[in-house]
Amino acid sequence: MTPAIASIGLTPYLIVSAVLLVLGVFGIFLNRKNIIILLMSMELILLSANLNLVAFSSALGDLSGQVMVLFVLTIAAAEAAIGLAIVTVYFRNRGSIQVEDVTMMKG
Amino acid sequence: MGVMTTFNWAVALPELVLALSGIVILVAGVLQRKGEGFFPSAMLSVAAFLVCALLVLLAPAGQGYAGTFVNDGFARFMKILILTGGLAAVVLSVSYRTNDAQALPFEAPVLMLFSTLGAMIMASSANLMTLFVGLELSSLSIYILCALERENVLSAEAGLKYFILGSLASGLLLYGISLVYGYAGTMEYTGLVEAVRAVAMPPMGLVVGIVFVVVGLSFKLSVVPFHMWTPDVYQGSPTPVTAYMAGAPKFAAFALFLRVMAGPFGTIAPRWQILVEVVSILSMVYGAFAAIPQTNIKRLMAYSSIGHMGYAMMGLAAASSAGVQATLIYLAAYLVMNAGVFACIGAMRRHGREVTGIADLAGLGKTNPGMALALAIFMFSMVGVPPLAGFFGKFLIFASAWQSGLYTLVVIGALSSIVGAYYYLRVVKVMYFDAPAEEFDRPASSLLFVSGGMGLATVLFIAMLGPLMAFAHQAAVALVG
Repeated sequence: MTPAIASIGLTPYLIVSAVLLVLGVFGIFLNRKNIIILLMSMELILLSANLNLVAFSSALGDLSGQVMVLFVLTIAAAEAAIGLAIVTVYFRNRGSIQVEDVTMMKG
Repeated sequence: MGVMTTFNWAVALPELVLALSGIVILVAGVLQRKGEGFFPSAMLSVAAFLVCALLVLLAPAGQGYAGTFVNDGFARFMKILILTGGLAAVVLSVSYRTNDAQALPFEAPVLMLFSTLGAMIMASSANLMTLFVGLELSSLSIYILCALERENVLSAEAGLKYFILGSLASGLLLYGISLVYGYAGTMEYTGLVEAVRAVAMPPMGLVVGIVFVVVGLSFKLSVVPFHMWTPDVYQGSPTPVTAYMAGAPKFAAFALFLRVMAGPFGTIAPRWQILVEVVSILSMVYGAFAAIPQTNIKRLMAYSSIGHMGYAMMGLAAASSAGVQATLIYLAAYLVMNAGVFACIGAMRRHGREVTGIADLAGLGKTNPGMALALAIFMFSMVGVPPLAGFFGKFLIFASAWQSGLYTLVVIGALSSIVGAYYYLRVVKVMYFDAPAEEFDRPASSLLFVSGGMGLATVLFIAMLGPLMAFAHQAAVALVG
């Protein structure tokens, strides 16, 4: 266990990351405005998992959690790039990126 | 043991070859003149798939890459299924034209190739890290594929919806992985087995983590209650992409489900079994009833796939080696009939435009008897009429669930497949008994090839059953022991 974790324990980290996760999930389900906000919420979810991984890795004295975080950061960057590309394509076709307009198909 | 001795790079030989050929095809495609790259790129991808399938059979078994990657009978079976699904989708994409008579961009087969690569890595994962990276490689490629028809607003919307819900699922899965890692202290499946076995009562955090992992994987499998994206995405995506999505990624998600649940968490099966049973029942019933009012055949196939995944989950709920074997056979049967149906959907074109209404099939029995016969065979197989492929899948699944004492599940499954018969047979009725609609365009030879091949495989499934059962048995033993 590294000194930082030893002084305040694991719990505060887990609470912060759980709060981030809940914020992210609510951001996706309650947001009725803009798709960009959805992208931000997704980043929050991924980062909450990252915080968890780093905290556990430090508490366990095991490096694999931190290695995982590096992979996740790379993937998150790729995901954001693809997400923005899709939003651009969508905007060109529809002229809007409001969440309430994404309803061409239903049923 | 040093790092070098545990590296054992040859276990991932098929994946390495596929990744390299993907990069080479991408470069070759960029060098072509604009708009002409598709055909060579598709043919090269087909070649890469075939070579890779051969290598899957030849690659040595064992662990590699410091215990993050495993090649065993189970991985081999799933990889063959995944590659066949990917191959069928690439062949279907060859003749696909958008409504402005454009071919898909040359990146389409390459993206399918990379997505297949991700799916294969998932099937071989021996570590939560490999699981996540493989899953994301597979999903990210599909997000792009869905939105690939850039001038089509439905395609863009499908891509957007799949992207948002898919990333949410990946996020939840990752959060689950972080909890499992924290409470079990390791990411390796072998380590997880010991961590779960060592304690009489697994810690709460671990159980919550497992639930998150199940939720994330269920999203990818599109089982109820995580199915909302499926009909819209299936309808909006270009048809070959829908065909791809209904195949390879589902097999990969199932491979993960089986590997994680029957492997590391197999010893605490009673704790998660009920979850899988509920999801299975909901999917079967929802897939059967929600499909009834559909008028679009691509949406119908979406509900059908939700139902089929429910049946396949039943084998997982059985939590036995026979259950795993039954699931594998079911997935193989699903692969052949599903690819066949999508080849028929690809042939539904009038004056160069795609039509997807079930009513558009009216009188196909008179205007195009061959295609009507093929589609009828696939629909009967989906219902589970003997001696077609779907029957053996369903029979084995029901038998294994019955042996494990899941009587309610079997009864509900049988009832919902009777309800399901209604909407499958309605398609047959429209084709043979309704007044003929206008004829379809002459189908491309690649579509005839896929629908003919898959039709034969559906009818002659019984002939392949022996070797397939042996192969699936090996796979199940490798997984459950």
